[in-house]
Amino acid sequence: INHIVHNGGLYKRPFNEAFEETPMLVAVLTYVGYGVLTLFGYLRDFMRQWKIEKCQNATEREEQKDFVPLYQDFENFYNRNLYMRIRDSWNRPICSVPGAKVDMMERVSHDYNWTFTYTGRVIKDIINMGSYNYLGFAQNSGPCQEAAAKVLSQYGAGVCSTRQEMGNLDKHEELEKLVARFLGVESAMAYGMGFATNSMNIPALVGKGCLILSDELNHASLVLGARLSGATIRIFKHNNMQSLEKLLKDAIVHGQPRTRRPWKKILILVEGIYSMEGSIVRLPEVIALKKKYKSYLYLDEAHSIGALGPSGRGVVDYFGLNPEDVDVMMGTFTKSFGAAGGYIGGKKELIDYLRTYSHSAVYATSMSPPVVEQIITSMKCIMSEDGTTVGKARVQQLAENTRYFRRRLKEMGFIIYGNEDSPVVPLMLYMPAKIGAFGREMLKRNIGVVVVGFPATPIIESRARFCLSAAHTKEMLDTALKEINEVGDLLQLKYSRHRLVPLLDRPFDETTYEETED
Amino acid sequence: MDIKSMKNYLYWLYCQFELITCSYLMEPWEKLLFYTFNITMLVMVLYAAYIFVPVHVSTAFQFFLHLVGNQRENTVSILK
Repeated sequence: INHIVHNGGLYKRPFNEAFEETPMLVAVLTYVGYGVLTLFGYLRDFMRQWKIEKCQNATEREEQKDFVPLYQDFENFYNRNLYMRIRDSWNRPICSVPGAKVDMMERVSHDYNWTFTYTGRVIKDIINMGSYNYLGFAQNSGPCQEAAAKVLSQYGAGVCSTRQEMGNLDKHEELEKLVARFLGVESAMAYGMGFATNSMNIPALVGKGCLILSDELNHASLVLGARLSGATIRIFKHNNMQSLEKLLKDAIVHGQPRTRRPWKKILILVEGIYSMEGSIVRLPEVIALKKKYKSYLYLDEAHSIGALGPSGRGVVDYFGLNPEDVDVMMGTFTKSFGAAGGYIGGKKELIDYLRTYSHSAVYATSMSPPVVEQIITSMKCIMSEDGTTVGKARVQQLAENTRYFRRRLKEMGFIIYGNEDSPVVPLMLYMPAKIGAFGREMLKRNIGVVVVGFPATPIIESRARFCLSAAHTKEMLDTALKEINEVGDLLQLKYSRHRLVPLLDRPFDETTYEETED
Repeated sequence: MDIKSMKNYLYWLYCQFELITCSYLMEPWEKLLFYTFNITMLVMVLYAAYIFVPVHVSTAFQFFLHLVGNQRENTVSILK
């Protein structure tokens, strides 16, 4: 509640973000669990090596054993010995469109998840809490589908050519003008793949002699783009503005490492919503810092476009800021618009430069016209330009669902990470056996969830991640909450001691410690 | 009635033990190995406790009594 005053009045609304600390006992028991699994992993590997047990993962042929090894055995240790045991919670085959409810093929495994067979039964109407379907546009009927079908019969499936050669259709120009109008920027450009938008355009914007300041928990596409560019990369703590300011000060004062020359460009890479933590970037502070130290900002709104803000225009709209303050606004069409692809928006000179110099524009195939039409129709729906109020209703429904769901889960006593307004809700599980148990128990009760473990999260902080949607009605959420409550009691997941750690808004130094309120 | 809820509670406790030590994920022969090892260790510890703890406790008790008794004699002699 004191956050607004401390930050000089930059925030127009309270910023409530919390990451409750892991209880000590739970951390110790999680390590015990991993220790037991490691011991059994060594035992099984020993048995596999001495042929006591049949080895079912990939190995080379006998004749190739003298060559350089193809498969690094120890690297896949985690994969063979933990992931295989709980593999049935991932890559489940679905047989309907992944909207608010989904149908799934039932499968069983007779050799402990090394192979699966289908029983032939289809589990119907599973409440889908794992798809990135924030505004509910993942439908196979409705105005978007009809428009896309018409465009498919008119334009065909695609041109198989790059934007610069023959792949530039009038649909693409229409889309780019619409995206620019939606975001409130001068110009925009759309690409066929969201990952490629980041990894191919950051090298076009920065090069050697530039500095990239990137958040700790940035997505792999941003990290790949930063590494490909050849610039110097420095990492600041997740959403921590004091850490970012310290890095900026050091960069300006000391310049490049050996020659002490000033940096050609300083680019700050942040995301709108971080999908593993559910946290929202502190955009007003980042923009204030950027202006003070004269650097550039690259904002990746993959999850926040369409999902935040009173009119669904993303995190800039949520904080009520000017879109022209963000130099490069990037986003994807995969999550809220029910399509595929990514875009970059910004000033006209920037986008004209990217049209010529970006790798995606020169070498990648252009977007397929029906997909473009899906984006155009859904964007017009969100902007309320198609004559109905469906878009506005969806944006409001998502905000209500988010607040309700998060409040109820916190009241039940689970540890939930992230900001109160983010539609991505991570629920902490911690122990490795509970990852598999949670996925299976929820499927038994007809709810599909995504559980995440080690490589994507730190080793003890495994979680279940719920993605809320405007297509979820209150009854569906109530059913889901009831089942989550039951499973939480069954598996003892209610770790929260209701001790919220307020975020560090005081000056950051080594003597700062966390406060708790009892 | 009470016995049924007691049995349910004990089963639930067993499930928690399985989840925490990850024996929920193990194949049956691995579980057998794990439980055999654990139960053997537990039985050995309890047996050692049964044999050695009374002897140690009584030795310690005698030692402290001797110490305290000695002190009382010393203070009494000074006062005299």
